[in-house]
Amino acid sequence: MIPEIGQFALALALSIALVQSVLPMLGAARGDILWMQSARTSSVAQLIFIGIAFAALMRSFVVSDFTVANVVENSHSLKPMLFKIAGTWGSHEGSLLLWVLILAAFGAGVALFGSNIPDALKARTLSVQAWISTGFLSFLLLTSNPFERVFPPPLDGNDLNPLLQDVGLAMHPPLLYFGYVGFSIVFSFAVAALIEGRVDAAWARWVRPWTLAAWMSLTAGIALGSWWAYYELGWGGWWFWDPVENVSFMPWLLGTALLHSAIVTEKRDAFKSWTILLAILTFSLSLLGTFIVRSGLLTSVHAFAVDPERGLYILGLLGISIGGSLALFAWRAPSMEGGGLFAPISREGGLLVNNLLLVTAAGTVLVGTLYPLFMEALANEKISVGPPYFNVSFIPMMLPLVLVMGIGPFLSWKRADLKGIFQRLRFVALLAGLVGLAVWYMFKGGPALAYIAVAIAAWLLLATLREWAGRIRLFDAQFPESLRRARNLPRASHGMTLAHAGLAVAIFGFVGSSAWKSEEIVFVRPGDEIAIAGFDVRFDGVERVRGPNYIADRGTLTVSRNGDPVTTLFPERRSYPVAQSTTTESAIRSTLAGDLYASLSAPASDAAADQGAWTLRILYEPLVNLIWIGAAMLVLGGGLSLSDRRLRVGAPRRSARAAVQVTPAE
Amino acid sequence: MRRTLATLPILVALVFGGFFLWGLNPDRDPNAIPSVLISQPAPDFDLPAVEGAGVPGLARSDLATNQAPVVVNVFASWCVPCRAEHAVLTRMVERNQVRLFGINYKDKPEDARRWLEDLGNPYERIGSDLNGRAGIEWGISGVPETFIVDGDGTVLYRYVGPIVGTEAEGKFTAALAQARASSGAGT
Repeated sequence: MIPEIGQFALALALSIALVQSVLPMLGAARGDILWMQSARTSSVAQLIFIGIAFAALMRSFVVSDFTVANVVENSHSLKPMLFKIAGTWGSHEGSLLLWVLILAAFGAGVALFGSNIPDALKARTLSVQAWISTGFLSFLLLTSNPFERVFPPPLDGNDLNPLLQDVGLAMHPPLLYFGYVGFSIVFSFAVAALIEGRVDAAWARWVRPWTLAAWMSLTAGIALGSWWAYYELGWGGWWFWDPVENVSFMPWLLGTALLHSAIVTEKRDAFKSWTILLAILTFSLSLLGTFIVRSGLLTSVHAFAVDPERGLYILGLLGISIGGSLALFAWRAPSMEGGGLFAPISREGGLLVNNLLLVTAAGTVLVGTLYPLFMEALANEKISVGPPYFNVSFIPMMLPLVLVMGIGPFLSWKRADLKGIFQRLRFVALLAGLVGLAVWYMFKGGPALAYIAVAIAAWLLLATLREWAGRIRLFDAQFPESLRRARNLPRASHGMTLAHAGLAVAIFGFVGSSAWKSEEIVFVRPGDEIAIAGFDVRFDGVERVRGPNYIADRGTLTVSRNGDPVTTLFPERRSYPVAQSTTTESAIRSTLAGDLYASLSAPASDAAADQGAWTLRILYEPLVNLIWIGAAMLVLGGGLSLSDRRLRVGAPRRSARAAVQVTPAE
Repeated sequence: MRRTLATLPILVALVFGGFFLWGLNPDRDPNAIPSVLISQPAPDFDLPAVEGAGVPGLARSDLATNQAPVVVNVFASWCVPCRAEHAVLTRMVERNQVRLFGINYKDKPEDARRWLEDLGNPYERIGSDLNGRAGIEWGISGVPETFIVDGDGTVLYRYVGPIVGTEAEGKFTAALAQARASSGAGT
């Protein structure tokens, strides 16, 4: 009964979305205020009905209702409750339901909290949001019904992929989707503005909080995903340039560009069509990600079940939404430019460089990701594009970006005094160079690029701090005066400092863990000792232990340093009899300085297994935790910026704008 | 100029869309990895019989002197998909007069024997690959895997995974028919 309610609720949500696709749009065209305002009710109603459907599916998972095919395929009665709940979005159907739920949540969010947005723009935006909603709800109902029943019901389920039974991963899809799908509302705003034919500073300010919210979730989602890959997959890496990772990274790059270009549109009324294009492209790449993950177009470690028919449906949706919006762009964009002029050396110029580099980087990733497909189509050659391509093409583009990032915040609008800035940054540059040299003196090994990258990251960190210190006149003025200034500084400004510093911190992590990582793969018997990065690791053997729905071989490793005991590590290999697969649970000793990481592989042969011999992989990854600390700083920085009073109060009418700009935050 | 620039994104998007449409072709399998063995002679191996199974063992020499292409199936009693595939292979042997050879991969002889007693034995010969050595020679990535080997011992085709379901059976039967046709034309 409950699953049928869920399905019925989905059908209702679809019909509401259909009405919402038309009525508010017509209302905006005819100036009918009632029709326009209907979008508010229908957005909320959509959210409620999709919410009911989602709750119905979740309930089926919680009570292990094995009459529902989706539960049978993705759950098991013995699974821990958290993962039963996570099973709701563990499958293609369930995750798509989550997708539309978040889509509806962003629509309802604008309907409820966007009270400062003019009626016509809001009505059009919500109508566009309903178009997307219609497309995906029909996709869900027609090709991927999550409430399909099975008869006769089996006694137990097939279990969720054990790799996915992990807290980090249980939370990863919701956050990632929040980011992915969050850009939908920005897209809707952009299309609405194109239909309206008007983009101004106020528009940019209405859009900014939504962009920020989506960007924060996407950042958190990507960071969690890489964290999961790092400690769950047992490969000892945090980024593999896998197609599925890339498709989440590209919207992040473009979203970051959008965040910055929207500032120019807001403050200087420039970059209008560029901002609109970025808004469209960011969501287009999110859609592309959905398509690639679900169509089996490319090989990846974490693609969903391959189904060409579903792929065709999504491609159709993609064609309509991306093709339609870009066609609209081609038609309308040429007529809406103008805005402030600026000199090449200016805040605008800096942000332009930022945008160009970010977009080029996203393009590089896109080409690398799809290159195997192109090659297969044109030359019938099977190739794979791996980390070497991305490292060679992507990193050289990021380093200048980071260099400019250090200077950017010092630049003033319209025309900046580069000479003065360099004078202020002399010591920062000197210090950053010294950091690079010091690191080189300490390690001496590793690629030259690593030392350059360290120096550049130090440059960014110091320059960012210098800019912040300059704003609050730290050291120049009395301390209470600085404190007062810090309090009066808009939160968006603190947010920028935190986020930029976060990127610098993350870069230290990227470089440290890639350039100075040590790795040992050895064949060990109980009692054997391995020396790595100053640690001595003794293998004490393997014992068999039992978990709720798995059996594990648990190794014991005693770690010491110069004879002093440090820790004991217990890497495991778990086998899940029901799902018939095994996973590696690595053991990690985590410190700020670096991670000691051990994972156990199957015995080399049966004969070796009889003697208790195992293959052991031990890694030392210096500074790796800085990556996630940096990511957390990026997200917090976004949050600070989002909580800025200017965004909460919203954009006043254009005539009143100047008066509000200096309002201090309390 | 401005109009041309504004039209650029949609043009690029259309080109990408064309590639995607091509990529969705259901016959295309991005996971398919061409086997290094294809068109190569079958590897050298010599496996003893599974004790008590009632059929002789399997060696490379058994594959080199046949009239028509034969099928070599790698299976194990501990492999659940093999159980499903077993019925398909048995039917193929009964209907098509395929000559089927088996490599019993990393399996205890008594388990293999019980399995064959339960399900029946469609194999003409079965080599017992207890330590998985022959499996390595053949470059298998798991069980089951099935090869079509020409009469002179050349590997013509490799199928990874169970031949179960209309699509898989269709693919395999097509490959078998093709192998027969080309081998008939060659001699």
